[in-house]
Amino acid sequence: MTVSDGGAAVRIRGFGWRYAGRKAWACRDVDLDVAAGERVLLVGPSGAGKSTLLRAVAGLLDPETAAEVEGSVQVDGAPAAAARDRVGMLLQDPEASLVMSRSGDDVAFGLENAGVPADEIWPRVDEALARVGFRHGRDRPTAALSGGEQQRLALAGALVRRPSVLVLDEPTANLDPDGTATVLSAVDAALAGAGTTLLLVEHRVDAAAGLVDRVVVLEPGAGVLDDGPPDEVFGRRGAALAAAGVWVPAPWGPAAPPFRPGPGGDVVLTARDLTLTYPSTRRPALSSASLSVRRGTAVAVTGPNGSGKSTLAMLLAGLLPPDTGSVLLSGSERPLHRWRARDLCRRVGTVFQDPEHQFITRTARDELLVGPRRAGVPADAADRRADELLDRLRLTRLAGANPFTLSGGEKRRLSVAAMLTTAPDLLVLDEPTFGQDARTWAELLELFVGLRVGGTAIVAVTHDEAFAGALADARVTVSGGALRDVVEVRS
Amino acid sequence: MTLLQTHLSTDPAAPLARRNPVAKLAAALIPSMLLLVSVDPVSAGLLLTAWLVSVPAWGVGWSGLLRRLWPLALAVVMVSLGNAVFTARKGGATLLEAGPLLVTSESLATGATAGLRVAAIALPGVLAVLTIDPVDLADSLVRYVRVPARFAYGSLAAFRLAPLLAAEWEVLGRARRARGLGGDRNPLRALTVLGGRLFALLVGAVRRGTHLAVAMDARGFAASAHRTCARRPVFGRADAALVAASALLTAVAVGVALATGAWSPVLS
Repeated sequence: MTVSDGGAAVRIRGFGWRYAGRKAWACRDVDLDVAAGERVLLVGPSGAGKSTLLRAVAGLLDPETAAEVEGSVQVDGAPAAAARDRVGMLLQDPEASLVMSRSGDDVAFGLENAGVPADEIWPRVDEALARVGFRHGRDRPTAALSGGEQQRLALAGALVRRPSVLVLDEPTANLDPDGTATVLSAVDAALAGAGTTLLLVEHRVDAAAGLVDRVVVLEPGAGVLDDGPPDEVFGRRGAALAAAGVWVPAPWGPAAPPFRPGPGGDVVLTARDLTLTYPSTRRPALSSASLSVRRGTAVAVTGPNGSGKSTLAMLLAGLLPPDTGSVLLSGSERPLHRWRARDLCRRVGTVFQDPEHQFITRTARDELLVGPRRAGVPADAADRRADELLDRLRLTRLAGANPFTLSGGEKRRLSVAAMLTTAPDLLVLDEPTFGQDARTWAELLELFVGLRVGGTAIVAVTHDEAFAGALADARVTVSGGALRDVVEVRS
Repeated sequence: MTLLQTHLSTDPAAPLARRNPVAKLAAALIPSMLLLVSVDPVSAGLLLTAWLVSVPAWGVGWSGLLRRLWPLALAVVMVSLGNAVFTARKGGATLLEAGPLLVTSESLATGATAGLRVAAIALPGVLAVLTIDPVDLADSLVRYVRVPARFAYGSLAAFRLAPLLAAEWEVLGRARRARGLGGDRNPLRALTVLGGRLFALLVGAVRRGTHLAVAMDARGFAASAHRTCARRPVFGRADAALVAASALLTAVAVGVALATGAWSPVLS
């Protein structure tokens, strides 16, 4: 059975797109030819217009959202908007890509829209599911799938329409390392021998470089900067790309930073026998977890998605009440979850995975004044501290900007800065490096190393092995709601 | 939220659970039309009994049903008590008199009838809703009730986001506590914090919705001219029989109520 009607050629000429209400072009002066069946990775610093370009190829850019449009994008000679049926697309967030509650129905959705007769639909659905290696039945509820499985299902939903061009926009950005491997191997297997043209934007370039035979470097506002086989392009531009924040794969990119131990100190936080079961579930999310954290040290908490490590972080930060057990800060007998919020924020700072969840004011500078105001710090001291942090995290230029309009890296830096305003003893970080470019990543690491020297204790929930390897004085593995190994790291 | 969140295991192969969603909704709607126009213990009691007897055939376990229905049971009790106290019919023997509070045998009967009526209206609807798969409902609405596909499947996709929003709401609450907000005694301040949290939820929902719309269009939803349906909703004899049985039962209830003289229309 055919998987696609072969690949289609993509021809982009002088393409430019400026969103309504924006001064800068999302992308401009892009000229690119992709032959049928080629597999291309687009790289470039954030703001280079990679996602916009992918959506243009998929024919999904709504002209009504543009202030200005230039040039053309064609799929096998037809305008992209008229060739939508020939392009399949996969987006970042699988949760927001699935439509139906049962797996098989979701894959069938695209065929129903194309008006495929009902008796042809199910054989094609089964074929697509087999192609991406989906291990469950068609009746499996989509809500019961892990992120990697959901993304694999979404890939089946795109492939079932037999696209000539497959466009993937950071398909693994929301996944843990297992999920990433799952999805990329499914892409590889699904395209083997199919001749489908592939256009890929992937934040972790190292994981995706093996999938493609051509790398195109985009420059913000200036179109294509370089183009060629992966080893040539990374050989020529590796250093410059890394400096611009692109994750350049191993032989060409900078080596992983070495482990730097913290100074150590007294125990600042003690957790005993923490157990928590969420309402409407039967299995505890975390059971009998005990842990102590010292000043001037960093603890990395790792484990697969759904293992209970985020629950542990929320309990340690005093943001969730445990069913049994307690979390105590040194110098207090009162369990942390009973503390008033304004007292809690003076001693514990928590950085959430999504920075936007924490923003509560209209300007970046105001974000840095919230904590001190609640903690009763005098206004002039708070002002000084805010300016100092803005400067330290390269945010001074953005002091008056709305936090929601910042770039991903800026949002992350601001959310960390907001937690440092009250100089807490303990910092709890939930996936602090998630989705960050290489430059922000290095800055964050440097910042945490510095804080730890000053005596701050750090608990970081992370999938990021390089980050944990460089920072962690102790490692904790969570699996199935239990702490497995608590290991002190020796330098 | 209890109705949405409590885990309930249903047997989708049970004889009535398998019926077409449109048939289920129709069967549940017919008796409630009658109960809305009449307040009498006979028709309400008969219908409630008949629906209670049918519970096992819906594939819903009694214990699960009771766990899910306690808010409804509470409502039934409150309605009964409220009517018993506040009704104008205070004939018969006095049962309780405490100041302005007067409960007589007649007022108690009025209260019981009101409660019976609420239960008899609600139970069929609850059974239908608990056993309807949203996808099947959308399919059947498009096919048999001619609801536009764009609306039906768009709503279905949006419906899928509801549990995600519930989880996001919790996270937003924790994120605010981490920033030192919340737990205020000053109600005005608490209201401000709540407003901010709600706004953040809304922003997130709009963004998710936008992503979902792009994902659906990427699979040809917007451009779809002649949509087919992979699942074939069937409205068979058994489905027609369910609707007919419900109508017959309702007619019998009216007949018995008239024959016993209990019939008492709301508007008379």
